[in-house]
Amino acid sequence: MSFHPNEVARRARVVSGALAVLFVLLLGAFFRTQIVENSRYALQSEENRLREVPLPAPRGIIYDRHNEVLAENVPGYSVSLLSPSADSLRASLERLATMVPLSPEEIDLSVRRYRRAPYRPTVVLSDASFDVVSVLEERRIEFPGLIIQSAPKRYYPDGAAVASFMGYVGEITEAELASPNYRGYKTGQQVGKGGLEKEYEDSLRGTEGVRFVEVDARGRVVREAGARQDLLPKSGPPLYTNIDLELQKYTASLFADSLQGGAIALDPKTGGVLALYSAPSYDPNLFIGGIPQDLWKALNDDPRRPLYNKVIQGRYPPGSTWKLATAAIALESGIVTLDDRMPEPCTGGFQFGNRYFKCWNHKGHGDLTLAQAIEQSCDVYFYQLGLKVGLTRLVAGGIRFGGRDRSGIDLPDESRPLFPYADAEEYYDRKYGKRGWSQAVLLNLAIGQGENAQTVANMARFYTALATDGTESRPEIARHKPDRTRVFTLSEDQFAGLRVALAGVVSSGTARSAQIHGTVLAGKTGSAQNSQDRTRDHAWFVGFAPADDPKIVVAVLIEFGGHGARAARIASEIIQSYLKVAPAAHINTEG
Amino acid sequence: MASRRIVVDVPLVLTALLLSAYGICMVYSAGQTDVPTSATHAWASQIRWLIFGIVAAYAVSRASVRFFEWAALPTYLMSLVLLALLLVIGKGAGTAASHKSWIAIGGVRLGQPSELAKVTVVLMLARVLAARREPPKSLLDLWQPALVAFLPWALIMMQPDLGTGLVFIGIFFAMLYGSGVPCPLLVLVASPAVSLILAFNTSLWGAWFLLLLALVLWYKPFMLEGVGLMLANVVMGVVAPVLWERLAPYQRHRLLVFLDPSIDPRRSGWHVIQSQVAIGSGGWLGKGFLMGTQKRLAFLPEQHTDFIFAVLGEELGFIGVTVALMLFLFLLLRAVRVAERANDSFSSLVAMGLASSWLVHIIVNVGMTLNLMPITGIPLPFFSYGGSFMLACWLAIGLLSRISSEGRGARVGELAI
Repeated sequence: MSFHPNEVARRARVVSGALAVLFVLLLGAFFRTQIVENSRYALQSEENRLREVPLPAPRGIIYDRHNEVLAENVPGYSVSLLSPSADSLRASLERLATMVPLSPEEIDLSVRRYRRAPYRPTVVLSDASFDVVSVLEERRIEFPGLIIQSAPKRYYPDGAAVASFMGYVGEITEAELASPNYRGYKTGQQVGKGGLEKEYEDSLRGTEGVRFVEVDARGRVVREAGARQDLLPKSGPPLYTNIDLELQKYTASLFADSLQGGAIALDPKTGGVLALYSAPSYDPNLFIGGIPQDLWKALNDDPRRPLYNKVIQGRYPPGSTWKLATAAIALESGIVTLDDRMPEPCTGGFQFGNRYFKCWNHKGHGDLTLAQAIEQSCDVYFYQLGLKVGLTRLVAGGIRFGGRDRSGIDLPDESRPLFPYADAEEYYDRKYGKRGWSQAVLLNLAIGQGENAQTVANMARFYTALATDGTESRPEIARHKPDRTRVFTLSEDQFAGLRVALAGVVSSGTARSAQIHGTVLAGKTGSAQNSQDRTRDHAWFVGFAPADDPKIVVAVLIEFGGHGARAARIASEIIQSYLKVAPAAHINTEG
Repeated sequence: MASRRIVVDVPLVLTALLLSAYGICMVYSAGQTDVPTSATHAWASQIRWLIFGIVAAYAVSRASVRFFEWAALPTYLMSLVLLALLLVIGKGAGTAASHKSWIAIGGVRLGQPSELAKVTVVLMLARVLAARREPPKSLLDLWQPALVAFLPWALIMMQPDLGTGLVFIGIFFAMLYGSGVPCPLLVLVASPAVSLILAFNTSLWGAWFLLLLALVLWYKPFMLEGVGLMLANVVMGVVAPVLWERLAPYQRHRLLVFLDPSIDPRRSGWHVIQSQVAIGSGGWLGKGFLMGTQKRLAFLPEQHTDFIFAVLGEELGFIGVTVALMLFLFLLLRAVRVAERANDSFSSLVAMGLASSWLVHIIVNVGMTLNLMPITGIPLPFFSYGGSFMLACWLAIGLLSRISSEGRGARVGELAI
């Protein structure tokens, strides 16, 4: 071989140079990975080791007008699992099911939750009892991905009494997750379902925090805390409502167990909702942490429909309570005064064309002024008044008073009332055919029957206009900026006259049994025919007190309650309680 | 140079000591995980092997280079026998669980004969090449060294152990270069292997073939050789797909994953992706000694053996990597210096061979952690946990020391013992 020292030295130089170049290249590769691409790999490494465990934020506390708590949070526990795969999650859950109550359906549900968000701990029990938690803590070592943490749990101290406007909270459903309204929500989170909880969800929910746990390559939790600074949850701000809890509870007690219907009490000047109750109610506390199947079924199968809000969802023909609308429209347009009489006195009925329209009092009321007709709720008078006002004006007035609009109360799922639209002729043509109807529809409209169905909340809103100077206040539970609209203009005297007539309803008219000692209650009863039970009408009463300076407007509806006097007595009790006055001594409580 | 005193090449030994200490620190760190692994106590055993290795290196340095020249043939033959025996009674371990690369008696793994073979092949090749007066000038002249390298290589490829096979190829070419074989001839020797790889792309292979043709015409080997060589290239191009088919599925998979780890991120690609993440997340200074999260939480596979350099990159960052690579570079340059100053061609070639063996280990192992090289499971000298490899590395240090002490040149910084 060529072993001349010069040759050897030359080759050694070549080799040394090649080595140096090789190592510099290698170092360059490390420089690229460690320095240039560092941020990318650092992120990947953090994603590898950290799992975010959500820390649910306490929901905002809900207060009544006197800062009494309507909804608060109590300590609870949630149990979740971190798993590397759906199969391993299922296996863990099946082992868990031998120790804690966990149905196969719940296991399936959890696996579905996992598939939606595999890197989030899968909620297994969103409201675990202390017993369950202690069993799991003892055997924690068998479940390396188990995460038990305290999670604030919603609690309603007065449960069923406030359910009608409160709603409840529950885990977000897959349908909700898919909807754009819930963008940014993640599976397993609690959201408001119905009522204020849903209406004010955005503010009540607060901001979820994050705890970081460290996991190994197989998804087992290695370190519970300290892996990275936790982001603490921020609780939602408190929600101050106009509700008067004492009145609310009293209202709930008036309905007892046997009555079904609804009541709403408003402050006429602001629209603030003092009480809102739909009977029968349910206890929303039982819904927290998942609604038990049998309870849900029982509530849905109950013929009295506890989950159906009779104040904002139920639509009932307003009956005689609507006569005030007819009267106001007629007075406003100057067709009549409060002292005017109609051509035909009431003889218990009214012949119109080939049809005979009965008055509720078939003995007849005789010859009445408008004020007396309101007091006695004389149908015959209002049939004739309706004909005088005419279809177009009657419908336009009803629309102006909000007969076609939702009350606008700050609650979700309010029903829109039924009422003809402005082009009333066309409305009836379309409904009954071109020659299928006559002016007889006017007679029905004038007494609050026919094509008219209102919610209890809507009627209360209309009466805020009667209780003030013709200005309607939108019902507000948690809003504090009154939204008021003038809907009709009458003279001072006319208003005074109407209120006197309404006071007469209670003092000597159809609602005598609802008199209050010490104040003057003004209001109107109503009976609405219904298709379900022709023998028992829905009973209405809408009124306010004191008549000369109204502080409260109340609307009450009792389904199948018969005569409006029954509703009037409940309204009377609500008002007495609110105004802190004694009932009249001679009240006859017989229905 | 029959003196009983030898002169220690202090920089060489010191570098090896530093590398070993660095390596043991990393093996210790690799054992510190949140999930207990078998690597927890590996560092203690590694220290014992280091001490054993240093003692053995001292013993080797007391023996004359002539003794090794004499021992080359018998030890070479012994390694061949062991390698052949391995195919019958071999055991697997670690990432290479399916390889029959371990000799075990009564269930206790004694060592990997391929480690021994690396040294004996170096000695044998040095002996064969040094025996020639002139460097090989034609392909035919290369048959002897080619045979010496081919036999153990073939036995190792039958285990199969691609990584170690790569080391033998590296040793073979480096020693041919060291013995003065001209570069064009080396290219011609390597050409069939290049054809084998390029055969997957016809136009690339065509370009290579034309280049080779030009080289053959310019270098003018014997007619027969030239024709044979071109023929060999054609044959390689043709059989490549057939060979591909005959590779074990896991080997094929490894090569494909090397080309693109993301095709199998949870399984085969996992190792290299997690290794890159570990190194890349290290940054300038790393996450701190013992603090690597990829390692602690078991994202890094084989963290104390094949992927020990990823632990280093994660915990000590670019600075730590630079220090390690500079130490390795210095060790190799020092070995080349030993080769340059050796007294005779045999010694010089041995030094060259040992250095090239280390070089292939370093490049393949370190390159693997960055996905620059396919995963072959060959260890990193002085770092990877493993007794017989630590011992082999220190035996090489002993041998280099001896050669250095018998060689000529300045004695600056060298110590007589």
